[in-house]
Amino acid sequence: MSTLKPHHKLGRRLVIGVPYGWLVLFFVLPFLILLRISVTDMGSGVDPFAPVVERVDGAWRLVLKVQNYLSIFHDAAQGGSGSGRTIYVDAYLTSLKYAFFTTLLCLGLGYPFAYFLARARPAVRPVLLMLVMLPFWTSFLLRVYAWKGILADQGVLNNLLISLGLIQEPIAMLYTDVSMLVGMTYVYCPFMILPLYANLVKMDGRLLEAAHDLGASGWQTFWLVTVPLSRSGIVAGCMLVFIPALGEFVIPSLLGGAENIMIGRVVWDEMFSSNNWPRASALAVVMIVVILVPLALYYRASSARPAGAR
Amino acid sequence: MSWRAVMSLRRAISEKTLGRLWLGMMYLFLYIPLIFLVVFSFNSTRQDGVFTGFSLRWYAALMDDSRLVEGFFLSLKVALLTGTLSVVLGCFAAFVLVRYLRFSGRTLFYGLVNAPLVMPEVIIGLALLLLMVAVQRALGWPDRGFITIVLGHTLLGMAYATVVIQSRLSEVDRSIEEAAMDLGCKPLQVFFLVTLPNIAPALVSSWLLTFTLSFDDVVISEFLSGPGVTTLPQVIFSYARRGVNPTIYAAATLLIAVVSLGIVAYSLAMLRRQKRLDREISAARSA
Repeated sequence: MSTLKPHHKLGRRLVIGVPYGWLVLFFVLPFLILLRISVTDMGSGVDPFAPVVERVDGAWRLVLKVQNYLSIFHDAAQGGSGSGRTIYVDAYLTSLKYAFFTTLLCLGLGYPFAYFLARARPAVRPVLLMLVMLPFWTSFLLRVYAWKGILADQGVLNNLLISLGLIQEPIAMLYTDVSMLVGMTYVYCPFMILPLYANLVKMDGRLLEAAHDLGASGWQTFWLVTVPLSRSGIVAGCMLVFIPALGEFVIPSLLGGAENIMIGRVVWDEMFSSNNWPRASALAVVMIVVILVPLALYYRASSARPAGAR
Repeated sequence: MSWRAVMSLRRAISEKTLGRLWLGMMYLFLYIPLIFLVVFSFNSTRQDGVFTGFSLRWYAALMDDSRLVEGFFLSLKVALLTGTLSVVLGCFAAFVLVRYLRFSGRTLFYGLVNAPLVMPEVIIGLALLLLMVAVQRALGWPDRGFITIVLGHTLLGMAYATVVIQSRLSEVDRSIEEAAMDLGCKPLQVFFLVTLPNIAPALVSSWLLTFTLSFDDVVISEFLSGPGVTTLPQVIFSYARRGVNPTIYAAATLLIAVVSLGIVAYSLAMLRRQKRLDREISAARSA
């Protein structure tokens, strides 16, 4: 490889340069702009934000305002609005709450599912797996919308329960925690199942036999051998559910009530309803920081694996 | 509930039965919304909870709804372009990740390629919107609409395409390429005549994946579309927030039909390909 001709080097630079340039232009640059706008004042007139660098007495001066960030956590307008928390902190907490419980539910439902899927006969596995993927190829939006009709007060589920005589009055499910968690678990469950399945299907059956030979019961084998061995699958699945669930925008709009406002919606409102670009940007930056915490933990967990253990 | 009762219950239900039960229930959970959409698209009234009779009126209403029809064609154009751009860029990025193991900035590149996958779409949409506004101010172009939506979708699509193509490319046998080189192929010829056919299945599946992602996306489009430019999911989203609308169920049923047919056709084609390969291999062995 050391005897590359010059035109090979040019080709190599081109191959690296095209995707690199694209990503810098459309991923790095937008985030720098976001960061920049998050430390400015709201602009006057047509400008939605004030310049960062301004000219005062013939000298350029850098103006950075942290007040957008402070106003997220502290309500300057009035001392106490009941709980003393701003709507932004509330929205972050709501988002964290739903993301956490969605991850938990997906893991609880998805782990046994992936486990049984991995133990199905090899001949039927591709079909079963395809059946998990199939809903994913049809519109996510439409599937969420369907839950609205299912969970409504006069919806299919309530009508079914009433006709079965299990309940007399319809249960309020839509626009509550129930509809939020059903919708989010429904959407994100495949993201939990697929990495778990990929992990469980590769598991060495001899290890389970060995545990059995050494006198472990079925449950003991499961908890002491299978689950610890599938740790990386569990972590990957939880990441794939937790992070997008945190920023979810569509599900709370369709299935959530007035109290289920998540941070994605708040960013949208600040941007388009209040036209407060600096605050929307600051909210987004804080959201990125919130996401970086589990992400950093994930990378530490996945790189901490002993080097010999594949 | 005593411990003994639990134990006897566990003995009664074998792991196999429990497995079947669990799989069955989860598949039911995954498919309930699809069944609901199909059934109620044929409902004769606007009722959501009761099936009052069979009718095709919502399909007729769908064809008359110009917003839905226009949105469909816009989404189709956006998704076709997004799929193609994503695969081309994803191909470049996968090549860099698999083949160029040493260059300055590789770690950053790796992070950048994967970052859109773990970034909430709201943030991607907002950040890109701010960029587009800045560019529009500086150059007077482009207005928010078709181009900006495609750019936004491609940013996400490229990340997915890279993951798919990368895993296939890393399995390609380098010795075939070296053989082609030894026989006098130039690097570009090697790529187009040897590497590309080898990764073709991954290109097809990543194109389908990014097409679907784009065709389905609502969040990024909401941030990046302009006045008068609304994709199909955006139209559906605005209808859906207003309440029950069986016209959308009709649209959903058509989509489900197309996707199911497509997947069945794709699986059959794959199966036939596999059988042909098997036949050729066994023929070559016996020869």
